[in-house]
Amino acid sequence: MSGATLSEALRAARGGAVPWSRGLVLPFALALVWVWSVHVGWLSGPLAIQPERILLAPFDDAAGREIWRAIAASVLRYAGGAGIGILLGLALGAAMGLSSTVERASGGSFHALRQITLFAWIPLLTAWFGNGEASKIVYIALSAFFPVALNTATGLRNVPTSYREVSRVLSLSRRQEIRRVLLPAALPAITIGIEIALISAWIGTVGAEYAIGNGRGIGTFVSEGREQFRMDIVIIGVIALAATGYLATRVCRRLSSLALMRASGLT
Amino acid sequence: MTEFTELAIRHVTKTYVVDDMPLPVLQDVSLSVLPGEFVSIVGASGCGKSTLLRLIVGLDDVYRGEILLGGTQVSGPGADRGIVFQDHRLFPWLTLTENVALALDAFPLPTEEKAQRVRDAIALVGLSGFERARPAQLSGGMAQRAAIARALVRRPAILLLDEPLGALDSLNRTRFQDALLDIWEAQRTTVIMVTHDVEEAVYLSTRIVVMEPRPGRIRSVIPVELAARDRAAPDFVALKQRVLADLRH
Repeated sequence: MSGATLSEALRAARGGAVPWSRGLVLPFALALVWVWSVHVGWLSGPLAIQPERILLAPFDDAAGREIWRAIAASVLRYAGGAGIGILLGLALGAAMGLSSTVERASGGSFHALRQITLFAWIPLLTAWFGNGEASKIVYIALSAFFPVALNTATGLRNVPTSYREVSRVLSLSRRQEIRRVLLPAALPAITIGIEIALISAWIGTVGAEYAIGNGRGIGTFVSEGREQFRMDIVIIGVIALAATGYLATRVCRRLSSLALMRASGLT
Repeated sequence: MTEFTELAIRHVTKTYVVDDMPLPVLQDVSLSVLPGEFVSIVGASGCGKSTLLRLIVGLDDVYRGEILLGGTQVSGPGADRGIVFQDHRLFPWLTLTENVALALDAFPLPTEEKAQRVRDAIALVGLSGFERARPAQLSGGMAQRAAIARALVRRPAILLLDEPLGALDSLNRTRFQDALLDIWEAQRTTVIMVTHDVEEAVYLSTRIVVMEPRPGRIRSVIPVELAARDRAAPDFVALKQRVLADLRH
């Protein structure tokens, strides 16, 4: 698969065939119904809130203005945790995919640990690393680690025998074989592992902030808003969560594919 | 390449084990190939002809008997032997030049000389102008020629071809056969080619080895002595009939 066809295939798989303008009709219509029903008085009470209140929340009072620092804290945490998890995942995945000794020694434990639901780690992690930043980072790293390690190992192990035979016939050294044949052949699988990890790390970021409730972050911002019955804060928090997650995974995906392309000499 | 590099296959027997049962694939195969020969191996599927090539190139070391190249036992792949597989096996993420150059990666040569050799090999197979193309952008015949360039860039004493034309349509096949002859005549490399196609074997070879299956053995070795490479000439047709008769026997 050449670089061009790979990116085309990924683009096709991600969809995007529907034009933007058409996709906006439904959400805008729903927002209009919302504004209208609050104004007319159909919806009332503390949960019925004016949409314009939500848009003003990040600029209005002290509690609302906290959102900017929360976003910064979440993004930083995400980048740190995902970065550590992806690097460790690449390292262990490569070791398992390239060495049958490592695979035999650690494969069993790896696949057993992988079965543990991510949220089940939280009590253990907080016991080991405390109720603070360290636990959150470890949790995010874990959520990124498994998909990368798994995809890297399988991708490397599944390189066709026909390719390995060519590298033997051309008398490539093990180093050359890894760099010139195995890594490029496994690249599509590794890329998919990283893409899954980037999404799963964002879920991990929000989950960690929710579950380990102190410190700054969008997750904490939303759960505090809920405790204070500030629906404007909750809703703008959720919007910020979605938007930040979308942008962060997009940026990281772009960075990682650039780094991988450079590493395998495709550019 | 000028040194005397005779290939001697002596009493080679190869057995696979399938479901704990020994399955003989080659039985007591002996064959000598002199430098500069073009030897074709024909035979029905299962006669072990591809296995024999794998043993010669060194991808498989488990057999009884000897395979000697220039008097020394072959062990593992080496630069003195090049192989072209039925599927071209070019790496899709590399350009034509990079694919061919990869064969010299392990060679202790100055970069400039490597580049020159790669250019020469690409020119030899008639692919100049396609240096930056990726395998997916090449036709089947072009990809197969690129695979030959990758094998030849190391200047092997022996070029092994495992049904390299199997996937080509008949028009491209005929063209490719003439290209192969040009390459062979220009390089004076020893060629051993496995094929199903008797006419192709008669057209290209100096000798034809007919193998029979279960277990794979050599039935006959037929020298090709034709006045001209003319598919319609009586001696050509007669020789083709003889090889076919041996195959059907």
